[in-house]
Amino acid sequence: MIDPNLFQLVCFYAFAAVTVAAALAVITLKNSVHAVLALVLTFFSAACVWLLAEAEFLAIALIVVYVGAVMVLFLFVVMMLDINQEQVREGFIRFLPVGIVVALVMLAEMLALIGVRAMRAVSMGPNPAEAAGLSNTAWLGRALYTDYLLPFEVAALILTVGVVAAVALTLRKRRGVRHQDAGEQVRVDPRSRIRIVKMDAVRAQAPAPKEPQA
Amino acid sequence: MPNLTDLLILLPELYLTAAACLLLLLDAFIRPEQRNVLHWLSLAVVLVAIYLVVANQPPFPVTAYGGMFVRDGVAEILKVFALLCTALVFVYARPYLADRKLYVGEFYTLAIFATLGVMLLVSAGNLVMVYLGLELLTLSSYALVALNRDSAQSSEAAIKYFVLGALASGMLLYGMSMVYGATGTLALAQLHGAAAHTAMPNLLVFGLIFVIVGIGFKLGAAPFHMWIPDVYQGSPTAVTVFIGSAPKLAAFGMAYRLLETGLGDLAPHWQQMLAALAVLSLAIGNLVAIVQSNLKRLLAYSTISHMGYLLLGLVNAGPEGYAAAMFYAISYALMSTAAFGVILALARAGFECEEIDDFKGLNQRSPWLAFLMMLAMFSLAGVPPLFGFFAKLLVLQAAIHAGMLWLAIVGAVFAIVGLYYYLRVVKVMYFDKPVEGSEVRVQPDAGLRVLLSVNALVLLALGLYWGPLLGWCRAAFPG
Repeated sequence: MIDPNLFQLVCFYAFAAVTVAAALAVITLKNSVHAVLALVLTFFSAACVWLLAEAEFLAIALIVVYVGAVMVLFLFVVMMLDINQEQVREGFIRFLPVGIVVALVMLAEMLALIGVRAMRAVSMGPNPAEAAGLSNTAWLGRALYTDYLLPFEVAALILTVGVVAAVALTLRKRRGVRHQDAGEQVRVDPRSRIRIVKMDAVRAQAPAPKEPQA
Repeated sequence: MPNLTDLLILLPELYLTAAACLLLLLDAFIRPEQRNVLHWLSLAVVLVAIYLVVANQPPFPVTAYGGMFVRDGVAEILKVFALLCTALVFVYARPYLADRKLYVGEFYTLAIFATLGVMLLVSAGNLVMVYLGLELLTLSSYALVALNRDSAQSSEAAIKYFVLGALASGMLLYGMSMVYGATGTLALAQLHGAAAHTAMPNLLVFGLIFVIVGIGFKLGAAPFHMWIPDVYQGSPTAVTVFIGSAPKLAAFGMAYRLLETGLGDLAPHWQQMLAALAVLSLAIGNLVAIVQSNLKRLLAYSTISHMGYLLLGLVNAGPEGYAAAMFYAISYALMSTAAFGVILALARAGFECEEIDDFKGLNQRSPWLAFLMMLAMFSLAGVPPLFGFFAKLLVLQAAIHAGMLWLAIVGAVFAIVGLYYYLRVVKVMYFDKPVEGSEVRVQPDAGLRVLLSVNALVLLALGLYWGPLLGWCRAAFPG
């Protein structure tokens, strides 16, 4: 019988490896549609890692919101932009060696600093939701609307600013653009569209008989 | 659980939020020719907010929402001056905006939201609040920079600001996650105790480095200064004057909250890092400013050097240093509004008045404005008896008391270097002949003229009588 702790550890490393590999694919794949699909895989495997950490609600939210909605939007945008693949990747090979060196140095430094110790580190603390005897979602909701109420409201303010900024930067009134104005269409009055002309009935005059040829 | 007392503590912020939303609604219903109503209302909103901060003072320090939000002397002083700067910006900006078809309600709403971000940031008691306050501030600033959509320069500046700002936020978040990983708490007050006996001190220092990178970006300290010159030059001057004032106070507040309230136990680590940032900022800011021909760009590099001086105060890592750094942040905000205010007073439709050559012979054409500009420049340079001199003196003193004499010497040497380019502006105004064919027309707006004069004269007044302000700053940091 396999040890559940060991099984969990193996799952964690498997999902983490897939996450990192997919994230690498996002920035290395030439085709941007493929890159977006790789990003979907990244999110999905990150959600799996969260499930392992017993954060079920966040995992499901990640899949529903990011994979389901945001990434589909991304795909649409990428397809609509129709980017020329050759031009985008021009500098890639040239800067690749430098990039790899920097990445390796950073990796080595990070491993030296935290990686080795993390192996010995204690595992995650007790699940606070379980300790409180609540389901994951209920506990999250309670934390969000009591302890973290103020940050939650400030986040809403940030979204408001996002809307204001988007409108301020994109809404402009152009002259001479042909577009439909729904309000105008609804308010239309039949009299402004059809003019009913009353006139006396006139009998159509028969064409004048042709003059007989002489 | 939050209750009514929490709401009362939060009153100024709640009021400002509601007022900003109402202004936003009002803007939708108002006719373009009635924009003045919006301008005066926005101004009134900010002034009432100052009143609420000053009048509604619970015994300090007091926290709300379980420590999420802190009201103490530091937060109060920074809030009052940030709101004051915003009010000044509103008055200075109006003629400039009106000349350029930028006189829109969004300018006021976004600026108020940005100020709200400043207020939340300086009152943050939790890493989450620090991050959210910062985002509220920077997101509004990106939009303000991009407000002039017809200018390619503005759009470029906005994109650079946005990309680098997002990178900086990412760094800060990454650092915060490491700090959380090492200590297991997000609350700054608990972090202070938890940092001392963490099981993973290396992880904590690793996180601290990223937090400092984030702070460096937001302050605009070298080597994280790349966005400052382009953003200052590229944005409409009315927005530059805002970015140069209130957000600098916020950056100081953020550095104080994160480094002292949160990670104060790691002071021996971050003192060295901040000293390095300070030396680089002083060198790059002052040396590169010498070769600038554009005044806005010159002031941008001067900002970088001033952030270096501010860091000299923080390096002290004691009450004296924090008081000096806060005094410096306030003095810088007031000096920068005065300097950009003069540019705004001389700019008109189709003429930005941002090249140093545009100031040639200003004394012959408008002696009063030339005098005000001279006050601002001398104060920025740190010439006694102006405000900037005492601010510089205090931070240098703080660095010496921290046992970093060499740092103070570097600061003093670069103050002399900096004197050159500030004096060049004064020389151009007083000793050069005006360019033929160009004429100076000062904006006729009475509010701008009066407040600009007051602003510049305050630099002189506070230079002569700086005791009370320094007293407040010192009282905010009880040992």
